[in-house]
Amino acid sequence: MSNTVEVRIKRQDSPQAPAYWAEFSVPYEEDMNVISVLQAIRRNPKDKSGKSVAPVTWESSCLEEVCGACTMVINGKVRQACTALVKSLEQPIQLEPMSKFPVQRDLRVNRQRIFDNLKKVNAWVEVDGYHDLGPGPRQNPDDQTTTYKYSECMSCGCCMEVCPQFSKVNDFVGAAVLAQARLFNMHPTGAMQMGPRLDAVTADGGIQDCGLAQQCVKACPKNIPLVEAIGQLQRDITLDRVLGAFRR
Amino acid sequence: MSEKRVLIVGGGLAGLSAAMKACELGLEVDIFSMVHVKRSHSVCAQGGINGAVNTKGEGDSPYIHFVDTVKGGDFLGDQPPILSMCEAAPAVINMMDRLGVTFNRTPEGLLDFRRFGGTLHHRTAFAGASTGQQLLYSLDEQVRRWEAQGVVRKFENWEFTRLILNEEGKAVGIVAQDLTTMEFKSFPGLAVVLATGGPGLIFGKTTNSTINFGSATAAAYKQGVWYGNPEMVQIHPTGIPGSDKLRLISESARGEGGRIWVPRKKGDNRAWNEIPTEDRYYFLEERYPLYGNLVPRDIASREIAEICTKEGLGIGGRNAVYLDLTHKSEEYLLKKLGAILDIYEKFRGVDPKKVPMEIYPAYHYSMGGLYAGYETDETGRLLKNSPKNQETNIPGVYAVGEADYQYHGANRLGANSLMSCIFAGLVVGESVAALAKNSKTAPAASSLLESERKLEEESYRKLAAQDGPENPYVIHKELGEAMSTYCLIVRRNDELKMLQGMVDGYAERLKKASSLDKSGSGNMSAVFLRQLDGMITLAKAIVDAALLRDECRGAHSKPEFDNPAPSMETPITDPAWTAYYEKFLAQSQTWLKTTIAKYDPSKSRPVIDYKPVDMRHLSPEPRDYTGVGKKAWKKFLETHHANQAKA
Repeated sequence: MSNTVEVRIKRQDSPQAPAYWAEFSVPYEEDMNVISVLQAIRRNPKDKSGKSVAPVTWESSCLEEVCGACTMVINGKVRQACTALVKSLEQPIQLEPMSKFPVQRDLRVNRQRIFDNLKKVNAWVEVDGYHDLGPGPRQNPDDQTTTYKYSECMSCGCCMEVCPQFSKVNDFVGAAVLAQARLFNMHPTGAMQMGPRLDAVTADGGIQDCGLAQQCVKACPKNIPLVEAIGQLQRDITLDRVLGAFRR
Repeated sequence: MSEKRVLIVGGGLAGLSAAMKACELGLEVDIFSMVHVKRSHSVCAQGGINGAVNTKGEGDSPYIHFVDTVKGGDFLGDQPPILSMCEAAPAVINMMDRLGVTFNRTPEGLLDFRRFGGTLHHRTAFAGASTGQQLLYSLDEQVRRWEAQGVVRKFENWEFTRLILNEEGKAVGIVAQDLTTMEFKSFPGLAVVLATGGPGLIFGKTTNSTINFGSATAAAYKQGVWYGNPEMVQIHPTGIPGSDKLRLISESARGEGGRIWVPRKKGDNRAWNEIPTEDRYYFLEERYPLYGNLVPRDIASREIAEICTKEGLGIGGRNAVYLDLTHKSEEYLLKKLGAILDIYEKFRGVDPKKVPMEIYPAYHYSMGGLYAGYETDETGRLLKNSPKNQETNIPGVYAVGEADYQYHGANRLGANSLMSCIFAGLVVGESVAALAKNSKTAPAASSLLESERKLEEESYRKLAAQDGPENPYVIHKELGEAMSTYCLIVRRNDELKMLQGMVDGYAERLKKASSLDKSGSGNMSAVFLRQLDGMITLAKAIVDAALLRDECRGAHSKPEFDNPAPSMETPITDPAWTAYYEKFLAQSQTWLKTTIAKYDPSKSRPVIDYKPVDMRHLSPEPRDYTGVGKKAWKKFLETHHANQAKA
């Protein structure tokens, strides 16, 4: 292993400015990941030719792959920068911002859309209040194993980045958001509000926009069964429609 | 018309629980966060949340939880809020369950509980090995529900920079900066809740997230909010070394049977699996037979540090010991600890189910924080719906979560932080609702809002224009290394005095630092100058308070002033016990008090003051995790009381 790390970064000075590439070379340290490479750049913000440049802006928080903040495209693959270990990456390491969300600066993008969509599909349990109402409903430990998996979704957007249907110009909510709708349909109390949630899931930009390309499940860093979630959601919808027809 | 909007800064467990409670009580809420709230540092908490629900037939109770918490904190915590927290804890866990937290279950479908450090009971509810993340998500969902109804507004990717105080010194708003456009804006509100977490980055590479600058704490402190027990910072015994941060292996790894050991002989360089059991030194189990690997964090950290640095028994002579789970089945480990073992494997490239992990203590948590007061009822519990609960010394400014100094004293028990965050958040929701009901304070005048905004804008403009030779990130790295070396696991007065000079030096160099970036969009390094100034400001308070406190208490360890207990073999009739207890009482007399750091703007330094600890429920006693001292202490007290009666 050479004693430097070579990096190419796709930069952008402001939301409106054009993108450009910049190259950097930083000293290699044991156990380096992409985050510590970016940290090394800001301690000595010079490009490969030795010219002083502004430090690279990126988003990060936990660095333990549980917050989703440091998601970016690394050597063509969308993933979290904290778990991208330099020793397992081909050099020069190529860093780009996610392409499905508007760039704010350099590697930082605005993922507000994910959170707005979670609002659209009522991704919550409707409780009566936050006072003491005793224990919650008993739940089968096997169900917990399933729901915990869904609940690990950190809204990072990897599934949206790789989805051929999700684009900057349409309003598809994306796999992660659909999986959250599925999660709350599985909760004993959440299931009581399944009707309105399914209405939301089938509104504009909803489940019908999924093209079943199944790229999402391959990109998910938490291995959430996104395709299964969408399939289950479809069955919930069909059942709801059939029962609804009887009710009418 | 009086203001109905409360300003909550920070969107972790404390900020979000405060927001949802305030909404339920009819208020409107603005939330400010440097990141999308779902990415707050609370996600990092792995192991669990404590509450004496007592479903294991162990006779656990909220009062025992209270005793464990007070004792675990070496009696430095004010007791009324701790008692109220422990009593509310089972209901808080039930509420979180109702909100949809994916807690682990027993075969009967009930919540499962595990054992954590500093207690003998199974009291820790958990959701896989990412309990903090799961709790945060459920609160995030509830707040989103209120947001969908238009009651909550979120300002994410914004940084709080200043409190707006009216002529009477009451908080009537804040100034915050949009971290994309770099614009400043003023926000009026009836109260300000600071739920901004800890200041871990002062110590450089730690278990904290990259957003834990403590900059909100620093800003409030500079404007006159007291900073309580700054010297009390917790080291987590089981950190994983890393190039960008120190990740940690949750205490649950020990709770689920993890054993800590080193080779018994110095210089034994055999691979771990070639060292037979008799040559392994399970030093925590041998030295603390009652609690074993589950002694409180401060004791475990110190033992691990000293076995490496003093006794030279670290693995391969390095600062590292084994945390071994390889005696447990893979299936068991996957089910109970899957996510945290994943972290180790992801970042170290080694499977901890097959090979023992290598760990060393890391800075983890600040027990100290902004001063938060309370009002009690006649039973010595928090008076419900008092606007004083969680209020700082500045009217209308509240502090909750890791940002406050309450609940943990000199040392926090594992899995108590998640509870204290949510509990304090719920309490402050009630406090601000009560304040709203009776407040006669006029909303902030628009001229005040504008002049305060301009002030912040102007000071940022100056920072952004700074163009000296120093790189602020380099200064920060040096600050972190100095604080971790001289002010963390073990502290010495000569080194602390030297450190004071070093920190002053960083402050001087900061004046000669460059903002590195002249852009008006997403400029992180100009903002970092302000954040670093905040870290240096708080570092001074931490170092000064640590230098003054000449004793060992909880996480604060100063060997020169240690009062070690006699060895376990010492008969309880031995006068060594009496001498030990007398010194203990004398030390408590002098040092069992809360440090209050007040900022002196004329010197840019803290003035250190003290405040008595509210110990109305429990009298201090030496912490004893060996199980031997209990009888000796009882015997000593009998004689001691008899002597006092005679006198």
